[in-house]
Amino acid sequence: MRIDIDTDVCIGAGQCALTAPDVFTQDDEGYSALLPVRPGDDPLAREAARACPVRAITVTDG
Amino acid sequence: MTDTRPVAFPQDRTCPYQPPTGYDPLRADRPLARVSLYDGRPAWLVTGHALARELLADGRLSTDRTHPDFPTTTARLAGVRNRSIALLGVDDPVHHAQRRMMVPRFTLRRATELRPRIQEIVDERIDAMTGAGTSADLVTAFALPVPSTVICALLGVAYEDHDFFEGQSRRLLRGPTTADVLDARARLDAYLDELITRKLGEKEPGDGVLDELVHGRLRTGAMSRAEVVSFATILLIAGHETTANMISLGTFTLLQNPGRLAELKADPSLLPGAVEELMRMLSIADNLMRRATEDIQVGESVIRAGDGVLFAPSVINRDEDVYPEPDALDWHRPARHHVAFGFGIHQCLGQNLARAELEIALSTLFTRLPGLRLAVPAEEIPCKPGDTIQGMLELPVTW
Repeated sequence: MRIDIDTDVCIGAGQCALTAPDVFTQDDEGYSALLPVRPGDDPLAREAARACPVRAITVTDG
Repeated sequence: MTDTRPVAFPQDRTCPYQPPTGYDPLRADRPLARVSLYDGRPAWLVTGHALARELLADGRLSTDRTHPDFPTTTARLAGVRNRSIALLGVDDPVHHAQRRMMVPRFTLRRATELRPRIQEIVDERIDAMTGAGTSADLVTAFALPVPSTVICALLGVAYEDHDFFEGQSRRLLRGPTTADVLDARARLDAYLDELITRKLGEKEPGDGVLDELVHGRLRTGAMSRAEVVSFATILLIAGHETTANMISLGTFTLLQNPGRLAELKADPSLLPGAVEELMRMLSIADNLMRRATEDIQVGESVIRAGDGVLFAPSVINRDEDVYPEPDALDWHRPARHHVAFGFGIHQCLGQNLARAELEIALSTLFTRLPGLRLAVPAEEIPCKPGDTIQGMLELPVTW
């Protein structure tokens, strides 16, 4: 699972960190960021991508 | 999509936690319908969940209320569209810069850090209620003061002034006349302007959002005084009115659904899901407005440039394709992906704070006042008219 965050469009709503707290966090500026150590593929990552109001998160297989 | 006579929009709710019965035809006509506004102007109303998410994130829909084509839902507001509103009334790229300026203060982590303080505020209010007797109007005794106190602390506004700004904010949102709205706006302007002057003179600035704006942006010339006032107004109003309505209407809804309430009391782990489900069901910001800046094709319909495009979250959040048995309050359904906070770039800035406040306010209220009940029959309790944020006008309770 590959996760990309477009921080240029991120509005810091925090929905990713709320939905998949083991995968995403918000940095000090409020932008979405990936946690450094993650358990394998987390199905909530896809839910987080869907929850993002500005579609800043892309999850792809592989 | 069938071609029927346009439904009037917005309408008043009969049951405070269900959409107006007059919206029934809209629920049968997803995802897009024609509606008629108060002045007879036709507009589009988005009623389907997938389409709402698509269009709320579509840059071809503008939220600039100063444009003459921007749709208006009441005569009261038609006369006050002459000024740009920070954040919710500006499009990108201006919006993006404004939002990013605010985001660090409203992250999930910040909201989590505020939880102990929110708990104290909630406990103080319940102490005051139980100290004063065994009945109260929950709106004035609890639902309003809790978020008001929280937003004052966050912004750096004196809570002692709450009677003033709550009253003016009520007039700004509900009038009843255009003159009331304009007068309330002028009074809030003057109040905030004075507050800014006072903050400018402080040698050791506080750590509120307004202190940061005044000392970090106004002083340096990065923002004008009018901009700071606009930010302060929107944050102050959005920060207390919306959450207050969710607390009052959420409490009413729980009291009217005793089975669900009992379930929640028995298993506090249901709380975050319950708050999400309440937000889906109650959809208190029930008319979101936009103006199309270009033609937009939706199925066989074309939204023309200049058309008004409205969204009814109470209808969208009851889309059967996403939420089976949508009128049932159900803590066990995944209620996420609702649009009660909006969607797209304008999705509520304070949503993480709102979730924290609602979880703490509702759980503490029912834990500390286990016998909480309505003091008068439910049908006698007035809810707010359909053209403003939904909630209870008053909520007489006893315990």
